[in-house]
Amino acid sequence: MEFGPHLILASLEGAVTAAILSLTAIGLSIVFGVMRVVNVAHGEFFMLGAVFAWYISQFLGTHPALGFVAAILIAPLLVGTLAAGLDRLILQRIDYNPERTIVATIGILYILQQGTLMTFGPDARPVAPPFNQVIAIPWFEFTDAGFEIYWPWGLGITSYKLFIIFAAAVVLAGVWLLMTRTKFGLIMRATQQDRETAQAFGVPVDKVFAYVFGLGAALAAVGAVLVVPVQQAHYLMGFDPLLLSFIVVIIGGLGSLPGTVIAAVLIGMTDGIISVFFSPTLAKIIATLAVAMVLVFRPRGLMGK
Amino acid sequence: MTGKSKSYALHLCLIALLAAAFFILPQYHVGVLSRVMVLAVYAMGYNMLFGYTGLLSLGHALFFAAGMYGFGLSVQQGGLPTGLALLIGLATAFTVSLVVGFLALRTKEVAFMIVTLMFAQAGYLTVLYFGSITRGDEGFVINTAKRALFGVDLSDETARFWAALLLFSVTLLAMAALVKSSFGRALIAVRENEERAMMLGYDTHRLKYVAVLLSGTLAGIGGMAYALLFGYVGATFASVQYSIFPLLWVLLGGAGTTIGPLLGVLFMYYLIDISSSFTDAYMLVAGVALLILCLFAPQGLAGELRKRVFPWLP
Repeated sequence: MEFGPHLILASLEGAVTAAILSLTAIGLSIVFGVMRVVNVAHGEFFMLGAVFAWYISQFLGTHPALGFVAAILIAPLLVGTLAAGLDRLILQRIDYNPERTIVATIGILYILQQGTLMTFGPDARPVAPPFNQVIAIPWFEFTDAGFEIYWPWGLGITSYKLFIIFAAAVVLAGVWLLMTRTKFGLIMRATQQDRETAQAFGVPVDKVFAYVFGLGAALAAVGAVLVVPVQQAHYLMGFDPLLLSFIVVIIGGLGSLPGTVIAAVLIGMTDGIISVFFSPTLAKIIATLAVAMVLVFRPRGLMGK
Repeated sequence: MTGKSKSYALHLCLIALLAAAFFILPQYHVGVLSRVMVLAVYAMGYNMLFGYTGLLSLGHALFFAAGMYGFGLSVQQGGLPTGLALLIGLATAFTVSLVVGFLALRTKEVAFMIVTLMFAQAGYLTVLYFGSITRGDEGFVINTAKRALFGVDLSDETARFWAALLLFSVTLLAMAALVKSSFGRALIAVRENEERAMMLGYDTHRLKYVAVLLSGTLAGIGGMAYALLFGYVGATFASVQYSIFPLLWVLLGGAGTTIGPLLGVLFMYYLIDISSSFTDAYMLVAGVALLILCLFAPQGLAGELRKRVFPWLP
């Protein structure tokens, strides 16, 4: 195995993982930052995004691109509305008590998972990507004839995967603008800093929480709609994103959005690169222990205050 | 009667009730009860840390599996005698608690949850990685001949029930004595307000460390007993699911109560058992039950009992 081209391929695959992960994790991070609750059902919102994307693309069924555009607009909206509704119906009633919220979201997790199993079924189902050209990875070499580019390995990445990275960057930029440049962002940050004072200044905290919970779930759903042409929709697909998002949010530093993105890129890339070169199980053991050790010696995460 | 004697009466009554169940209930439910009592030992170990000390771990499956595999591997693959293998299982669980406690207690709150979760995940993956010895997800069965202790064959339904009851009773009474002791009260002080406990001169870090050691070792004893009594060791017991179960059992039964863990395990077991007999969607029923309990009985079953009927409940 030649090292160079595989490293490039691994980095690109890692970047795709990192892009999806940063979207999912930023959703969890916003919810944790503003509401101070751990949402165990976050992975299920991710899964629902993928499942809705499948339904939407089946319903439209003409050209994959049309279904995809519809899915990326509608699926996050549906998931966000559902999450906001669940927040009002359940989390608000238990007053966001940290431990009870964990149990309640585990309950929601069971219900969403079983509900999907009963309607969508146990099969993994693919969604066609809107476009899918293979782009070969070039390699450069100096020969007697000078500088040459050639494509010697037949290794390639699809244009859709590159689009995932681009789309994730756009959405993240959107979130950043929302948080820093809009009134809603200002209200969110005020609620995050001091709930009581915000309320005293007329911020409808309950409403903000419902929106934030919906936004967090919608971001996970965006990640899922993007990933579903590469990875099939399945009712158990929510667990890995949940675990990884947790790790990313904690490593990045609780409530720090830049920290979350940095950690997502770091962990996504490492995951991609390690799993190309080592046995996947051993790679996971090493990565898991490494993450635990980072936390043990830097309990507040990389960017935590 | 004072609260103290009431609490002893309660625990003895509970044990007598369980013993009586052996003679009253049909065979199937006696079998269920043996399993529930062993899992309740695991839940009591978890309750020690979560209910009394206020540390929420999401990685107790690691301790459960440490006891289970420490015993199971040495008796089945290593061919050691059962008694010695049990000691090895105990030592494994204790050592794992020693290391995990030392590292994980450097963090607190959500970071503690995640660090324990990570360690447990690493443990689970390690079991899968050494699949040639542990047989991974498929697991392995412990020979019936190896499941005898002091000449009693524990694969027999009757012997298994009494062994489970003995283990459960000893653990329950020990927990009841522990939470009334000055050490137990100090743990509750840590749970209620760590800074204040520290200011009053308690070495809260040492208290938490001892709590992790006791809790982890007890969870390991649960795992060991499960392997010994039911003869099966598998990677499922090391998975995240088995870390979440004790949290649910304890929260449902009532965190920080001595009888809560048993009630929680019993409730969950029969909830899933009964609902799966008439619907495939038993997870849906479990989810709805969790939400209902969470909304209307936030203190768990025993906690609500304490709040409404028996204020002296330990």
